Amino acid sequence: MDNIIEVKNLTKKFGNFVAVDNVSFDLKNGEIFGFLGPNGAGKTTTIRMLTTLLRPTSGHATLAGYDIVKQQEEVRKHIGLVAEKIILYNQLTAIENLEFFGQLQHISKDEIKKRAEKWINKLHMTEWLNTRIGAFSTGMKQRINVVRALLTEPDVLFLDEPTLGLDPQTTHMIRKFIRELNNHGVTVLLTTHDMIEAEVLSDRVAIIDHGKIAALDTVDNLKKIVSNKPQPTMEDVFLTITGEEIRDISNGRVSSSLGFGHGRRKINNRVR
Amino acid sequence: MQTIRDIWHIAKKDLLEFTRDRLRLVTFFIMPIFMMIMTGFIFPNQNSLKDISIGIVNQDSGEVSQKLIGAVSNLKLSEENNAFKIKSYDGLELIKNGIRKQEISGGLFIPKDFSKKLAQDEQVEVTIVEDQSNPQISQMVNQVLAKIIDGFSQQLGAQKINNIIVARISTPGAQAKESSAISLMTPIKTKLEGIIPGNPNYFEFIAPGIMAMIVMMAVLTGLAGSISREKEQGTLDGILISPINRLAIILGKALSQSVRGLIQGFVVLLLAFLLFGVTVHGSLLLVVLLLFLGIFSFVGLGILVSAIATEQETASQLLMMFQFPMLFLSGVFFPIMMMPNIMQKIAHIIPLTYAISALRKVMVLGAGFGTVRTEIFILFIFGVVTLSISVPIFKRVITK
Repeated sequence: MDNIIEVKNLTKKFGNFVAVDNVSFDLKNGEIFGFLGPNGAGKTTTIRMLTTLLRPTSGHATLAGYDIVKQQEEVRKHIGLVAEKIILYNQLTAIENLEFFGQLQHISKDEIKKRAEKWINKLHMTEWLNTRIGAFSTGMKQRINVVRALLTEPDVLFLDEPTLGLDPQTTHMIRKFIRELNNHGVTVLLTTHDMIEAEVLSDRVAIIDHGKIAALDTVDNLKKIVSNKPQPTMEDVFLTITGEEIRDISNGRVSSSLGFGHGRRKINNRVR
Repeated sequence: MQTIRDIWHIAKKDLLEFTRDRLRLVTFFIMPIFMMIMTGFIFPNQNSLKDISIGIVNQDSGEVSQKLIGAVSNLKLSEENNAFKIKSYDGLELIKNGIRKQEISGGLFIPKDFSKKLAQDEQVEVTIVEDQSNPQISQMVNQVLAKIIDGFSQQLGAQKINNIIVARISTPGAQAKESSAISLMTPIKTKLEGIIPGNPNYFEFIAPGIMAMIVMMAVLTGLAGSISREKEQGTLDGILISPINRLAIILGKALSQSVRGLIQGFVVLLLAFLLFGVTVHGSLLLVVLLLFLGIFSFVGLGILVSAIATEQETASQLLMMFQFPMLFLSGVFFPIMMMPNIMQKIAHIIPLTYAISALRKVMVLGAGFGTVRTEIFILFIFGVVTLSISVPIFKRVITK
């Protein structure tokens, strides 16, 4: 399978507010796909639809060949999710959390242990398995959170701002880990506000703004858009495409405020 | 089979989480203890009548009035204490003032020439003055005083009739049977016979209600709170992206809340037994079945609230709207038949009403399955109807 995810005209409305507007893109098998956008652009909403947590208003998408609406249970067997909030219970130990989520995935206890050990060792969390999550630092919680998402040995791992709030050491470890996972054949869809992260990890980047894909290409090609700098960064690319206006979101309505000058350049690159 | 395992995993996780939270665990046991003690000791009943101050005005100087006052002041309804503490007043208005100042909870007025008129075979009237600001105490005081006076009056009347009968018998030295005087005074006497041995106290009336209420409220608030908390924390997403049936999620949570509710219910029963001498005259298994059905009838409502409320606090407030009226309308503390008609009608659409009615029949009157099958049927139907409404709504809302 060349494309592990295929998205066609995916739309999500909340009342009159269009959070995701007719979005189309594909994810190649085995790539790390960066999904960038300002706050409220529609990144998390897109991920939630692809992970069957939200029902699309229209359009459709397939993951590993399964329809995200009609074949939800099949889709769930092929995905792992590291969401914005840490999906772990503070009162349970690390291993109890992993056992619980693994059992929900219908994996036996022995198999859960085997799979978890593989990743726990790499993330240096072995000695903390029997400690309650509530006692962990944010970085430690995120490491176990990632292990939890990998229990299904997913084809696609969704990472929604995985290094948000982490110290540089843990951030470095997580990024290295993501690269290693990808080398093992896991396709990764990653959202981040960290432009360096997007740049160093992503094979391709999509920039979403106001619910629409504003740009989609490799990092190098996207940098060519910025004509006024000799060595543009991803941040330059991002601001060129989305502008410097701050997006204020309230009750699903987006308004742009505090325009600082030059507006946006929209580039629609659709790769099919 | 897999669904049952999924339900079990969810329930086990919830229960494990709960037992690790010490504060929640402590309040879990303290709350029913507190509630039992409060309701058991604050609600008055005849046997708890002791040292109630009442005022007496005795304008009579004869012996009979003294005997009547003696009967009132020496009355004991419990072993250690007298029922009444007597305060003497000089006039009816002074008794009324005493009640207004809340120095006394009622009064008795014995008029002038009380003994003389009785000796002349005239009827006399004594006045019981009631404290209308406190209907519960007032009703008990009035009933007890009236009983004492009636009994005293009957005794006097029997004596008088006995004397009349003796006087009319022609044979000198003959004596009328005492029983003849009583049968003329009170030709019909009543005998009180209960369905169960002994005299149930008020707490035996309210214990089934409190048990049912605690169990059902625990499930209602626990279920809604549990789901809302998982939504807030973000852990619900981890459950939703697993390939388990949505129904298994709800049933798993309902199972853990039901176990918790039942444990609390049995804590209440144990306390009722130890502190207030409540016994279960019927089958304990039937009590458990009724509690389960009561839980089943409430689960749908809990699911509906958790689907609508995005936050725990919202869920709690929504539930208060249901819990508060249920507390007063379902017959926990007062019999439904004492309420106005419209309230009785409302009471009959609350599942808690049927659960309490059935529990009371089984626990207090020793009723069997056949006697409570209507309540069982109604609770079952409530559960089925509310679940068939709430489950699809829940499924729809969590993946909107």
